[in-house]
Amino acid sequence: MTRVLKKELFNSLVINLFVPLGAVALALLIGAIFLKFSNVNPFDAYKSIFFESFGTRYGITETIVKATPLILVGSGICIAFRSGNINIGGEGQMIVGAILSTVVALNLPGFPKYFLLPLVLISGFLGGGIYGFIPGFLKSYLNVNEILSTVMLNAIALQILYLLLRGPLMDPKEIAYGTGYPQSARITESSWLSKLIPGTRLHAGIFIALITAVIVYLLLWKTTIGYRMRAVGKNPVASRYGGINVKVYLTLSMFLAGGLAGLAGAVEVCGIHHRLMDGISAGYGFSGIVAALFGRLHPIGNIPASFFFGALLVGVNMLQRSVNVPGSIVYVIEGLVVIFVVGTEIISRKILAKKVSTTIEKVE
Amino acid sequence: MIGEFSKSGVIIGLLSSGVRLSTPFLLASIGEMFSQRSGVYNLGVEGIMNLGAFISFFIALKTSNPYFGIFVTILIGLVMGLVTAFINVTMKAEQGISGIGIYFFGYGLSGLLFRLTLGSIVTTSGFEPLSIPILSKLPFIGEVFFNQNWMVYLALLLVPISYIILFRTTFGLKVRAVGENPHAADTLGVSVAKIRYICIVIGVVLAALAGSFLTIGQIEATFVDNIAAGRGFIAIALVYFGRWRPSGILWGSFLFSFIDALQLRIQVLGTKIPYEYAVMTPYVITILVLSFLAGRAKGPSALGKPFEREST
Repeated sequence: MTRVLKKELFNSLVINLFVPLGAVALALLIGAIFLKFSNVNPFDAYKSIFFESFGTRYGITETIVKATPLILVGSGICIAFRSGNINIGGEGQMIVGAILSTVVALNLPGFPKYFLLPLVLISGFLGGGIYGFIPGFLKSYLNVNEILSTVMLNAIALQILYLLLRGPLMDPKEIAYGTGYPQSARITESSWLSKLIPGTRLHAGIFIALITAVIVYLLLWKTTIGYRMRAVGKNPVASRYGGINVKVYLTLSMFLAGGLAGLAGAVEVCGIHHRLMDGISAGYGFSGIVAALFGRLHPIGNIPASFFFGALLVGVNMLQRSVNVPGSIVYVIEGLVVIFVVGTEIISRKILAKKVSTTIEKVE
Repeated sequence: MIGEFSKSGVIIGLLSSGVRLSTPFLLASIGEMFSQRSGVYNLGVEGIMNLGAFISFFIALKTSNPYFGIFVTILIGLVMGLVTAFINVTMKAEQGISGIGIYFFGYGLSGLLFRLTLGSIVTTSGFEPLSIPILSKLPFIGEVFFNQNWMVYLALLLVPISYIILFRTTFGLKVRAVGENPHAADTLGVSVAKIRYICIVIGVVLAALAGSFLTIGQIEATFVDNIAAGRGFIAIALVYFGRWRPSGILWGSFLFSFIDALQLRIQVLGTKIPYEYAVMTPYVITILVLSFLAGRAKGPSALGKPFEREST
């Protein structure tokens, strides 16, 4: 009996830990080849990425700062992908969330923090949620492929951001000084997320992200709504025969995923920049997908994955400054991780299939 | 009289640049159509386009011969195509997600190589227009269609060629069978994997060539980061728009690129409309068109599903 248990534990370890880690190792290996081409010793580069991101006070706080939006976006991706929606729209949803939260914060300056901050964050959630609802609705009711619509909506959101930052939302000071830098005025201090360590950028947003991840876990696995969303993702036809309104749950999951990306946008505004600016989404909408996939589309698994990719971002930033490695290498490594993680899924499935057949043999 | 003349000149200019701008869409969309007809999404088109654009530009710059650029791009396209096919067919990956990985990889790699090798914006000469004798002298049509470079002709020719391949050859029949009902095709002895490999490779090579057009397809070629700028994704949307048929893709590409040409013209004229609206318009139109048309379109039945023989 204990031997069977041990074997099961071993198998699940292989599936959930070693296969993705092997995939990352392969991706880093190929990344190393590209680093070699950049005339950088790959071993030194990875070593300094690791020590920079986890070894110094600055590195650790920056890793957490970057993991925060990744956890939020990634939790949303878990909901969307588990429900059968391939949501590529994290960038756009983050931008719209950031816009709406900034607008609310700028227009209600006189309110106390305990009222204003939650309101601003909720606005971000709603902004992103509405922007996620659009492709969800288009998919469910008009049969529009959500991958395409979310990509288009990303491009549209970016232009809306530019329009606003060069137009009605531009900082009056920028206009007065004639500098015209595309950013909004600073939001009032009562809508800021508190700093955790003075002198660093670390802010309270990480707690929001961690709590959200737990809530998303509970939602997906401990509630009827979550059960239905996962059922729709696994098998929409069977779900419909089972009496689940597939269209409603598809749309709802996109609303929630968009909302969490929008919340990430609001947290970036309230926690770090304290204003709306060009590049507010900073690629987190994409990297969040990679983190979520790496975390096996599980909101709790997504947490360490987000720290990993946060550290990678910090490390590559550092390499970019010190040895001039182009920042694009992040995308190369992320792309490779995605390819290897989905490409090796079949190995996990084979191991699982074997496990089932051996269990059946035992029963016989 | 003179006013009339210049007006028709503007229209001819608009249409001829519309035909030129449709080239990358046509190349990438027809390639993606083959891939999807065989049952496989390739969402990495955008990344492949960026990569193809860089490779062909770089080789053309270093050898001063754009044809070498095309040659190397095709080779790279073959390799990337085989890798894509291996991931999606042999490893049976979830295609929506593997495509994102390929997109990231191609996009990142083109930017990385650009920074490492060139670092700044340089130009080289691309393909010159090739006037077709007699046809180019035709009024109106000659100027619009027959005064372009060879890549434009290739893209336009691919429409009838791909139609014939898909609907008039045994190979095309096999492609459609594999996309509609791989199990039946398998029972009849068609190798599902082989057909899908071929179709994916066709798709990736054409996507890479679509990228080439963005750089060395211009008389004065240049490369900038993210040069595809969403065209790869629009090309995928055009496959849906064209309902997986070459003729539909042709009309979709024309519609889209004429709007694009018009948008560019309006920008040049310097109207009061903010630039952002112009950039946004093609995307908004794509979403609207998909919303009105997608509901009625039905793709290949086995699209996106990895093939697995049922074990008995």
